[in-house]
Amino acid sequence: MASRGFSAENHQPVPFYRNVKILAVLLQIAFVLIVALVFWTLYSNMVAGLRRANIPLGFGFLNLTAGFAISETSIPYGPQNTYARAFIVGVINTLRIAVLGIILATMLGVLVGIGRLSSNWLLRTIAGTYVAIFRNTPLLVQLLFWYVAVILKLPRVRDAVGIEGVILASNRGLVVAWPRATETYGAWVHWLVAAVVAGVAVFVARRLQLARRDRPGAALPYALLAALLLMLIGGVVVAMTTGNSPLRIDQPTLGGFSFRGGATLTPEFFALLLGLVVYTAAFIAEIVRGSIQAVSKGQREAAQALGLSPLQTLRLVIFPQALRIMIPPMTNQYLNLTKNSSLGIAVGFADLFSVSYTILNQSGATVQVILLVMVSYLSVSLLTSFLMNIYNSRMRLVER
Amino acid sequence: MSSTELPVSRLKPPGSSVNALDWLRRNLFNGWLNSLITVLLGALVIWLLYQVLGWAFTTAVWTPIPTNLQILMTGRYPSEQVWRVQICLALLLLLFGLSAGVWGGILRSIASGLAAGALLLAIMPFTLQTRLVLAGLVLLVGAGFIVGSRSRHHMRRLTIALWFASPAIMVVLLRGFVGVPGLPYVDTGLWGGLLLTILLAVVGIIASFPLGVLLALGRRSKLPVVKGFCVGYIELIRGVPLITVLFMAMIMLPLFLPANVRVDNLIRVLVAITLFSAAYLAENVRGGLQSIPNGQVEAARALGLNVFQTTLLIVLPQALRAVIPALVGQFISLFKDTSLVAIVGLAELLGIADIVIEQPAWLTVPHGVHREVLLFVGLVYWIFCFSFAQISRHLETRLGVGTR
Repeated sequence: MASRGFSAENHQPVPFYRNVKILAVLLQIAFVLIVALVFWTLYSNMVAGLRRANIPLGFGFLNLTAGFAISETSIPYGPQNTYARAFIVGVINTLRIAVLGIILATMLGVLVGIGRLSSNWLLRTIAGTYVAIFRNTPLLVQLLFWYVAVILKLPRVRDAVGIEGVILASNRGLVVAWPRATETYGAWVHWLVAAVVAGVAVFVARRLQLARRDRPGAALPYALLAALLLMLIGGVVVAMTTGNSPLRIDQPTLGGFSFRGGATLTPEFFALLLGLVVYTAAFIAEIVRGSIQAVSKGQREAAQALGLSPLQTLRLVIFPQALRIMIPPMTNQYLNLTKNSSLGIAVGFADLFSVSYTILNQSGATVQVILLVMVSYLSVSLLTSFLMNIYNSRMRLVER
Repeated sequence: MSSTELPVSRLKPPGSSVNALDWLRRNLFNGWLNSLITVLLGALVIWLLYQVLGWAFTTAVWTPIPTNLQILMTGRYPSEQVWRVQICLALLLLLFGLSAGVWGGILRSIASGLAAGALLLAIMPFTLQTRLVLAGLVLLVGAGFIVGSRSRHHMRRLTIALWFASPAIMVVLLRGFVGVPGLPYVDTGLWGGLLLTILLAVVGIIASFPLGVLLALGRRSKLPVVKGFCVGYIELIRGVPLITVLFMAMIMLPLFLPANVRVDNLIRVLVAITLFSAAYLAENVRGGLQSIPNGQVEAARALGLNVFQTTLLIVLPQALRAVIPALVGQFISLFKDTSLVAIVGLAELLGIADIVIEQPAWLTVPHGVHREVLLFVGLVYWIFCFSFAQISRHLETRLGVGTR
C-alpha cells in the first residue's frame, strides 16, 4: 500500500520472505513448534522419570483413604476419609482464613492509612512506624515470630490472660464468647427471614426516596437498623412466649487443663491470621494514604467551605473519591493475602497447601497434587479478581 | 536535562520561629478528640516501650547472636575459607566506591551509606579481626571514590566492565575448583545465611530481567500466539503462591530433566525464583512500555529503523528508565521472598536462624531464644529492605518519573 506513491514501473511485488503478513504467520508457527518441542521433551522426560520412580499417574489416588488427621476442620473429617475430602478441608480452611483476613486487614489498613494523615503528630508517627516496620520485613519471619515467640509463649491454660467469660488467651489459642443456637432457634428463624426482607425493603424505599428528592444520603444504615430492630423484637417475642431465648452466649471458662465453652481459635489459625492481617494492613495503609492524597486538594477545601466537619469531609467527600483510586491496588493486596496464606505450612496450619503437601508425601502422586494445588490457587485468584472487577465497574458507574 | 538547577518546589519555605509549647498545642492537643488520642496513645506507647525495653535489657538472652554471627552471615561455609566471602564483599564495596566517584548522585549516597554502615559495625564489640576487616572495607570505599572521581573517563569503562563481570567472579570465587589448592571447591549446600539470601535475591533479579523483558514485549506483541503464551504464563505465575513454584522446582525439576542430569538444590531454587520473579517483572516493564508515547515508535520507523532497532534503541531504554523505581521495589519483595526457601530446606538467613534457635546450648534458657534470634533476623532484613525503599524513593524523584 505504501508503495503507491512511488513510480509504477519500478514497483515490484514484495518477495514472500519480506512480506510482513507471511513472516508473521511463519514466525508464529516456529514459535509454536519450539514451545511444543520443549514441552514434549519435558513431558516425555517426566513420564519416563515417573515410571522409573514407580509413581502412579492419573487422579485415582484421590479416592484412597487419607489416613492422616487434620487438627482443624469445618466439615466432618477423619483419617478414614479419602484424600479428596482432606483436600476439600484444606480448601475450606484457606478460604476461611482468606475471607477473615481480608476483612480484618482492610479495617486495620484503612485505620492506619487515615492515621498516617492525621493532624496528630503522635498518631501520624505511630502509623508511619507501623508501616515502615511491617512492610520491610518478610512475612515468614513475622509469622514465625507471632507463632513461636508470642502465641506459644503465652501463659498456660491454667493462667490464661484476658477477661473470663468474654475472651481468654493462652498457648492453646484464643477463646471468645460465642452465641449458640438453642431449641427455640427454629421459631426465631422466621423473624430472621422477615428482618432480611424488611431490611431490603427499607433500603430500596430509601433509595427511591433519595432519587426522587435528588439529594445525596445514606440508605444502608436505615436498612441495617430496621433489620436489627426486627431481629431483636423477634428474639424478645420468642423468649417471652416460650420462656427460652433463641440464642445463648457460650462463655469461655477455665476448667483445669482446657477451656470450657466459647469458640476457639487454634494457635496456628490465630498466628496465621495475625501475621497476614498485620502484614497486609501495612500495604493497605499505604494504598489508602496514597489514594486519599490523590484526591484533589480543592475537594477538601470546598467541603470545608460548605461547613462540613473534618469527619464529614473525609466520610462524604474524600473517601468515596479515594475509593475509586484504591480498588485496583486493593485487589492485588487481597490476592496477595490469599496466596500468602499458603505460608500456613510454616506454622502448621492445615490450609490448602499444607494438606496437599501431606497428600503428596503419602500418595506419591507429586505431579497431580502440584497441578491440583496450582489450579486451586489460580481459580481462587481469578474468582477474587472477577468479583473485584465487578465492584470496580459498579463504582465507576457512579462517576459522572 | 539541566539537573543542576534547584526546582522552586525544593526550596524550603521561610522558617517560622515556633516554640515547644506552640508545637505541642498545634500537633498534639488541637481539639479535645486529638488530646484524648494523644493521651491514650501516649500511655500505650510508654507502656509498650517499658515492657519491650525492660525485656530486652533484663530477661532477653542475646548471646546466641554474637556466638553464631559467622553462621548467620555465611552459613556452613568453611571457616578457613571465609576470606573468599570477605573478598567478594570488598569487591562489591570497591565497585560502589568507584561508581560513586565516577557518576556521583544517588550512587554517592549509597556508597557513603555503605561506608557508614561498615564503620558503625567496626566500632561494635566484634573480634579484632572482624573489626579490622570492616575498617578495611571503609577505606576501600573511600579509595574507590577517590580513584573514580580523579579519572572519571578512564574509570568509567573499567567500572562498567567490572560490574558486569562481578557476579561471575564472585560465584567462581565462592565455589572454587576441585583440586586447586588455594581455592578448594565449596559445595553450594554449604552456602548459607545472609550470603545465600543476598545471592538468591541478586541472581534472581539479574536472571529474571531478560526473561521479564521478553515476556513484557511478548505480551504487547501483535502475534496472537506469542501474546497468548506470554499472557498465559504471566497470569499463571502471578496467580499461584511462590511456595508452590518452589516446591514444583524442588520436586518436579529433576523429573523434567533426563535421568543422568543431577541439579543441585541451589540451582533448583534459583530456577523457581527466576521463573516467578520474571512474571512480576514483566508486568512492571509492561507499565514502562505503555508509558512510551506512540510517536516515539512512529518517529523511529520514519527514520528507517526496523522493528528490532526500534525496540532495542528507542522503546526499551526509555521504558526501562521509567520502571527503575518499580524494579527496586520488585527487588525488595524478592529479597523478602527469599526467606521462603527456608521452608524447602535451604539454610538462608531464616533457615540458619532456625538452626541457631534449636542449638542445645540454649535448652537451659527458660523460654528459649526464639524471640531474640527472630528479632535479630528481622532487623537484618529490615535494614536491607528499608534502605532499598529509601533508594527507590530517591530514584523516583531524581528520574522524575511521570513528570518528564
